[in-house]
Amino acid sequence: MSKALVFVEVHKNAIKRSSLELLQFAKKSNLSVSAFMYGSSAPGLTEKAAQNGADEIHLFNSSTFDKYNSDLFQKAFLKVYEQTTPQFVLASASSIGNDLFPKVAAQLGVGVATDCTNLEIDGGTIKARKPLYSGKCTAEVTFASEKSSIVVMRANQLPVEEVSYNSSPKVITHSIDESGLRTLIKDIVKGTSEKLDLTEANIIVSGGRGLKEAGNFKLLQDLADVLGASVGASRAVVDAGWVPHNMQVGQTGKTVAPSLYIAVGVSGAIQHLAGMTGSKVIVAINTDPNAPIFQKATYGIVGDALEIVPKLTEEFKKAMS
Amino acid sequence: MKIFVCLKQVPDTEAKIKIKPDKSGIDPTGVKWVVNPYDEHAIEEAVKLREKNPGAQVWALSLGPKQRVVESLRTALAMGADEAIVINTDQDLDSQSTAKALAHVLRNEGAFDLILTGKLGIDDNQSSVTQMLSQFLECPHVNVVSKIQIEEGKALVERDIEGGSKELIEIPLPCVLGANKGLNMPRYASLPGIMKAKKKVIKEIELSSLGLTLNKLTTFSNFELPAEKPPVKFLTGDSSAQSIQLVQLLRDEAKVL
Repeated sequence: MSKALVFVEVHKNAIKRSSLELLQFAKKSNLSVSAFMYGSSAPGLTEKAAQNGADEIHLFNSSTFDKYNSDLFQKAFLKVYEQTTPQFVLASASSIGNDLFPKVAAQLGVGVATDCTNLEIDGGTIKARKPLYSGKCTAEVTFASEKSSIVVMRANQLPVEEVSYNSSPKVITHSIDESGLRTLIKDIVKGTSEKLDLTEANIIVSGGRGLKEAGNFKLLQDLADVLGASVGASRAVVDAGWVPHNMQVGQTGKTVAPSLYIAVGVSGAIQHLAGMTGSKVIVAINTDPNAPIFQKATYGIVGDALEIVPKLTEEFKKAMS
Repeated sequence: MKIFVCLKQVPDTEAKIKIKPDKSGIDPTGVKWVVNPYDEHAIEEAVKLREKNPGAQVWALSLGPKQRVVESLRTALAMGADEAIVINTDQDLDSQSTAKALAHVLRNEGAFDLILTGKLGIDDNQSSVTQMLSQFLECPHVNVVSKIQIEEGKALVERDIEGGSKELIEIPLPCVLGANKGLNMPRYASLPGIMKAKKKVIKEIELSSLGLTLNKLTTFSNFELPAEKPPVKFLTGDSSAQSIQLVQLLRDEAKVL
């Protein structure tokens, strides 16, 4: 049986949805599944990982792992890699996954495909597909190395179901020499938003120039709060300084693929469309019926965002209660 | 202080992408090539650091078909880089081979204090070369950087992570840092800068002359355009009626609520 090693991330004392996607996918693909888990909250989550498909768990429970350090994580991951010799390494396209796995691939001399949106594993063969040019097209990725293939998957691309694969996981606790790390994390400054990052959000409400001024983003916040959504923005309003860059959706911002994307007062420049056309359902609200955003939208409302958004918020409030 | 900026030439963000009939890649006809937007932030930061550190030097390095890639290097020179090198090849390299070739040339060029890159190329979105350079050059890295402060023998940097949070990291020099958009505002090249850049001799290195074995570990194939979306369904009535309809459709038809 082919082996997969899944990098499992934890956020607020729970395994991230994106990691559950990978565990379940690996199990459903009939692989023998090893999970790499780390940090002080990980010991309490091994059972959850087992339920979701992990046959074996490699655990680094030192609190040093609570903050990401590339040298530390690389060293730890390599140790488990050598012990498990997996054919497939699966990770999520998070700030850690994106940083760590290209480096691990370079060290091992094996191929890595990042930001993938499709994945199939059949026996020993793997097929991944990823968007290029921020989704203006996609391509299949094939791997040359016999040794291993590393795939870093975008969040929300694979299903998560209620499952209970294993009840008592085999847990192997590791420790490594934590000295000699070249970089030092001095502090972490928390962002103002407690919400999910745009790249992981299931619903996004996004605003552009049609909101007329920075203060009107408040209307989107209210709508997003009702929907449990994260708030994004077009490049125009980021460049105008209305909102910070981490909210930008598009080719020079974040590429997103939520279930629902509501574009408010966004005209739909090609580089914005590139960043969000992967969304399952797109709602566009714009005063101009010829705005390019409507070519990508599922549902369109021609009208003034400032008038419609508060009404929508009210309607959603009724529907969600 | 010697700073290298590794930059990539990519299709303009406004470019419409067409696929070759055999689906082996994109059709480059009519594509306008530009400096990868994140790499512009790397160039700007390098030039700003040189302005603060008299005697410092900024070198721009790129890899690809020299006929077009030199144009991006001239942009870097016009923005203020001192020297430029192109590694000439028509081969379509994967991230690891690219990083290997860049690392090889960087080593040959002698001691460096800092290597700046963009956090990712907006073409393949691999976000890999920064970290791979760090691996091959055996010096540390931080990617997705929005602030750099150089001190004696080290840098203090801010790295952007999820949800608008930032990690404050201390990293010794030499190191590799990958620029995010918030790092700075890239300058427009001045006219004298552009004139000077035109006359500059760009050093050319043939990839084949480096004697590297570059195995392609990943290959992109079977390119496809996204499926055409069905036409938009416009909602009618006044804003109250539209709101009620939309919520119903999202709940009952699209089933995303």
